[in-house]
Amino acid sequence: MDPELINDCVHCGFCLPSCPTYVLWGEEMDSPRGRIHLMKQHVEGTPVTDEMAGHFDACLGCMACVTACPSGVRYDRLIEQTRAVVEREHVREPADRALRELVFQLFPHPRRLRAMRVPLRLSAGLRRRIAPRLERVNPSLAAMADLAPDPVKRVRLPRRVEAVGRRRATVGMLTGCVQGEFFPQVNAATARVLAMEGCDVVIPPSQGCCGALSLHSGRPGQARRFARRTIAAFDRAGVDTIVVNAAGCGSTMKEYADLLDGVWAERAREIRTVDLAEYLAELGPVARRHPLPLTVAYHDACHLAHAQGVRSQPRELLTAIPDLELREIAESAICCGSAGTYNLFQPEAARELGDRKAERVLATGADLLVSANPGCTMQITSAIRRSGAAPIPVAHTAQVLDASIRGLGRVA
Amino acid sequence: MTETLDELARGLAGVLPPGAVITDPVRLRTYECDGLTHHRAVPGIVVLPESAEQIAAVVRLCNEYGVPFVARGAGTGLSGGALPRADGVLVVTAKMRRILQVDLADRRAVVEPGVTNLAITEAVREHGYYYAPDPSSQQVCTIGGNVAENSGGAHCLKYGFTVNHVLALEIVTPDGDIVTLDADDPGYDLLGAFVGSEGTLGITTKVTVRLSRAPETVTTLLAAFGSIEQGGQAVSAIIGAGVVPAAIEMMDALAIAAAEAAVACGYPAGAGAVLIVELDGPAAEVAHQFAEVERICRDNGAFELRTAAGPQERAAVWKGRRSAFAAVGRISPAYIVQDGVVPRTALPDVLASIDRLSAEYGIRVANVFHAGDGNLHPLVLFDDAEPGAEERAGLVSGRILDLCVEHGGSITGEHGVGVDKSRYMPKMFTDDDLDTMQLVRCAFDPRGLSNPGKVFPTPRLCGEVPGVRRGVHPLVESGRAEQF
Repeated sequence: MDPELINDCVHCGFCLPSCPTYVLWGEEMDSPRGRIHLMKQHVEGTPVTDEMAGHFDACLGCMACVTACPSGVRYDRLIEQTRAVVEREHVREPADRALRELVFQLFPHPRRLRAMRVPLRLSAGLRRRIAPRLERVNPSLAAMADLAPDPVKRVRLPRRVEAVGRRRATVGMLTGCVQGEFFPQVNAATARVLAMEGCDVVIPPSQGCCGALSLHSGRPGQARRFARRTIAAFDRAGVDTIVVNAAGCGSTMKEYADLLDGVWAERAREIRTVDLAEYLAELGPVARRHPLPLTVAYHDACHLAHAQGVRSQPRELLTAIPDLELREIAESAICCGSAGTYNLFQPEAARELGDRKAERVLATGADLLVSANPGCTMQITSAIRRSGAAPIPVAHTAQVLDASIRGLGRVA
Repeated sequence: MTETLDELARGLAGVLPPGAVITDPVRLRTYECDGLTHHRAVPGIVVLPESAEQIAAVVRLCNEYGVPFVARGAGTGLSGGALPRADGVLVVTAKMRRILQVDLADRRAVVEPGVTNLAITEAVREHGYYYAPDPSSQQVCTIGGNVAENSGGAHCLKYGFTVNHVLALEIVTPDGDIVTLDADDPGYDLLGAFVGSEGTLGITTKVTVRLSRAPETVTTLLAAFGSIEQGGQAVSAIIGAGVVPAAIEMMDALAIAAAEAAVACGYPAGAGAVLIVELDGPAAEVAHQFAEVERICRDNGAFELRTAAGPQERAAVWKGRRSAFAAVGRISPAYIVQDGVVPRTALPDVLASIDRLSAEYGIRVANVFHAGDGNLHPLVLFDDAEPGAEERAGLVSGRILDLCVEHGGSITGEHGVGVDKSRYMPKMFTDDDLDTMQLVRCAFDPRGLSNPGKVFPTPRLCGEVPGVRRGVHPLVESGRAEQF
């Protein structure tokens, strides 16, 4: 916890209303300002107590406070450093430790996730039925049972997708862990849209997890290993631009140069990571958009809006589709509660935030929800299911664009 | 924790929801200060009540144990008004944030004290209404705190302060009764006395606010001047011409630099001062006044004038101003926000004197102010790592208040006296004045338990003696006052 970064905070409190946990509980210790105060206490010699660790763990890392802060406090950096300190210095309860081990042995490993597909598909009905009862035994396991989507058919992506028409660029594409295994249709749509907009899309099969999950959970060592492997995979594939369609991954990859040292930091600087919507907006459209008569509510993923500042681009891409009407979701800057692994480790708070988000999404009356992060998609889908309201289909920006460009008339 | 506080904490846990009594030292410390960080005190106990009844129960228990209590909303105050007491209870109203009732026909809303200022406007905006007082921290500061401090804001020039927009209050008195003060009640204006009493007369638990109709037209003008004097003259000329803008705000070069660094507000380059003039009202009136203001600005040397066309451009113009305080964090490791008032006509003189002070002490001062009503907000910048810098900054800050008083102004425009300025009260008031004020205080809080140590400079009379008061009050004894 860098004291200089801590001292940037002038205690004005402008971050309070942007913080999801402060919105929920109204307690200083669960606000960015309060957490920075706790960090300061630690730097000044107070050991990490159970209470302190609890308040850091309760932070979603959504970075809404970074957007809100007029003094430019790098809370993102601070909480990242703090989580590493907590992992190092704080001894967690055995059950908590076991759960964390399970999550970090599973999620950043696409092959292991793939092995989960069959049991997940077979257990779809059962999982939802037992989730409420599991709740009493272990809320985290209940959350996992409830959140996991029903796997769709696997899509094998080729190593290279050729541009349609004149080639305007060559880009690499990150397939991600959860995105790749649970939402392969999003990756397929992303590759198609990029190709139809004139890009050769290179998809190195050797890529794995980008390290976001580990970095956001205080495991910088594991994150660095994943980061180096990702850089190497795209280097070998000969691309210097990586298009990412998952907000959490993109935000971490943009910070690779700060995460790594020496030659790896150099290599990281030579690769440009860019979010799909950001890239398409910058490239400008060539493919014709066919009408999609739909009302769409666009959900700002925190790691896209707050971490990468990508807000207007996806909205512009969507509104450029004929007949599509865009609706804004109230409190769009407040996190849905997914936040990487948050909904597994802090299931109660995550559920409250999910319910809040579901209510506001439903209030738009939109036909379709668009979300550019797989975690948000699972979280909001599960919250809407819990509310008992008619389910609202959720799609990625890429899928909507894909449907429009291909003239499908509806989002697949 | 002392034995008394220990016992009190157990009692509090009995009247509050689970988890609403904080005694863990690490947690308590996060409440050690409000927006003014150089006054700190770790509270003895923090409570997070959820209703007026719970606050009343807390206050009654405090009375039982003779323990002082301090109310706090979002903790954004800039005079240390919510500075906790190490021997007392901090009553945080942040969980009480329901908008209880919106009555558009009667143009009023009833809200809990923890509701933010901006949330009221957001709740009624779609119907064409808003809540007028607009402190720069409106997105986070709570209405309970606004009532305690009689908060103002940029638009108070035309529309008045909190006191002009509060119609009724439900309060918990310092002895634990729940009472209602209503502007329509005949007799003494107790509501007027309570608003701005900085927590010394009780705790607000419910606020009925006036809702105002959003104006038909709003026009915002940004005028850049070569110097702060030119800007000051333009302000005087505008008011002198009989135009009452919704707001006239001025920022000097250093404040502009800070705002640019923080939010890239894109103010005209090379400006020694910018003036933001906002006009609102019926379209015809605004158009007429706008021409007048434009002419006056040009006559006084404005080298660039920009008009914000729509709400987005207006927000962009205001962004720099609204973020100015916190933005100063970008150009200085530490700073003191000062708040003083001078007659408009004295603005150029006082600003020149501030410049001299700044040079004399080697301390930079950025100026941001509500120029229309002469409310200065000098930001005294210093490096807290440099030995002696904080003391010098404190001196400059204090000397600025002297200037205000010497020029017939006041030591605070809207941030309140709190703990930070209580020592300056004797510069403005005689002992008799202060004693008279304390009589009011004693009438509400004879035992001096409600936010003691604030507003008044020294423990005088009954008001500032913590603990149970024994015997007859000296003023009562001398026949100069009656206790009721």
